[in-house]
Amino acid sequence: MQDVVLAMLAKEPAHGYDLRTRLRAALGPLGEAMNAGQIYVTLGRLARAGLVTAERSAGLPDRPDRRVHTLTPAGQQRVTAWLTEVSWPKPDLTEFHLKLVSAAAAGLADPVALVDTQRREVLRRLRDAQRAALDRSVDPVAGLLLEGVVLRLRADLDWLEACERVWTRRD
Amino acid sequence: MTDPTVLRTRGLTRRYGRDSGLVRAVDDVDLDVPAGQTLAVMGPSGCGKSTLLHLLGGLQRPTAGEVWLAGNRIDTMSERALARLRRDSLGFVFQSFHLMDELTAVENVELAALLAGRPPRRARQRALHLLDRVGLADRATHLPSALSGGQRQRVAIARALSNEPQVVLADEPTGNLDSAATLEVLRLFEDLRAAGQTLVVVTHDARIAAVADRVVAMRDGAFADDTRLAGTVYGGRR
Repeated sequence: MQDVVLAMLAKEPAHGYDLRTRLRAALGPLGEAMNAGQIYVTLGRLARAGLVTAERSAGLPDRPDRRVHTLTPAGQQRVTAWLTEVSWPKPDLTEFHLKLVSAAAAGLADPVALVDTQRREVLRRLRDAQRAALDRSVDPVAGLLLEGVVLRLRADLDWLEACERVWTRRD
Repeated sequence: MTDPTVLRTRGLTRRYGRDSGLVRAVDDVDLDVPAGQTLAVMGPSGCGKSTLLHLLGGLQRPTAGEVWLAGNRIDTMSERALARLRRDSLGFVFQSFHLMDELTAVENVELAALLAGRPPRRARQRALHLLDRVGLADRATHLPSALSGGQRQRVAIARALSNEPQVVLADEPTGNLDSAATLEVLRLFEDLRAAGQTLVVVTHDARIAAVADRVVAMRDGAFADDTRLAGTVYGGRR
């Protein structure tokens, strides 16, 4: 979140509420769940770390959302480093895999039934994301995020199908 | 009171081969599809879902069991009666569109109505109305070769609707489409669902779940799981 807020300030100094609006627009339907206060907490931390400066704007009441935030040189450097850094979120399937293995070993539960329950949940999430993407008013750039969510969930469903195939044969 | 179940099967079974080569493509399936429901049948290739759709549409005969469409048993009908039923009461959508290459979009859509003996002017009017409904009014005189994959599938859906079918049966309708075209087809299915059209889709594509009231997982010819998706009221959300 800190890196995201810094990068959004790289274009020009901005008010907190401005950043919030831009962030929500970029996230599309997924931005509706965003906590409104989070951006001000983040801006406070960045100011204390010396990465941004916050100045009162003339004629406006001194509230966190009314201050104008500007990147410091250290903040600029960090944005550059963030943009060139290669990172990618790892989906963690290990826990569910081990749940199946241990449930089967101990005879605690039928792994295929666990897979079924999981598939229903993934299917619901996929349905929600795809439904949000169906809305004709979704901006194409914000829609990309939904498409990414949908594609990942489809991969999860493919994997669950493979789990079911193998565990069914072991019964 | 009329029976709200549009499609019903009891003990529906289709086997291929015999002895050690016996395949139970569809194995003792009981299914009730109420009017207005969008049902997705999902499963890996070879699970029997296409055979199921063919049995529901009277394109294949079961080895055992019954298929009922709007209160009429169809698995015992004569070929001629089945052909009439498919023409008058069912709409089909296929993965590879199955449009006539030498006919324009509007000619493809009106063809079924003309074959059923409807007056040409009325058939044309209805075809144009349906193309408008699928967002292709401005493509009516295009040949399929001049349309994108998503547009061709939308023409095929308009054609499937031309006889005001009691059920639309779709076999992997997004199988040949890229992500943007899939979105077009899903939006159209969502419109149909909202309009109360009964729809059965067999597919490997879980994105169909976005427009389904109910998802059935099929394994080895049988139903392994039957999920009514949250936020939906059985029989539609209108």
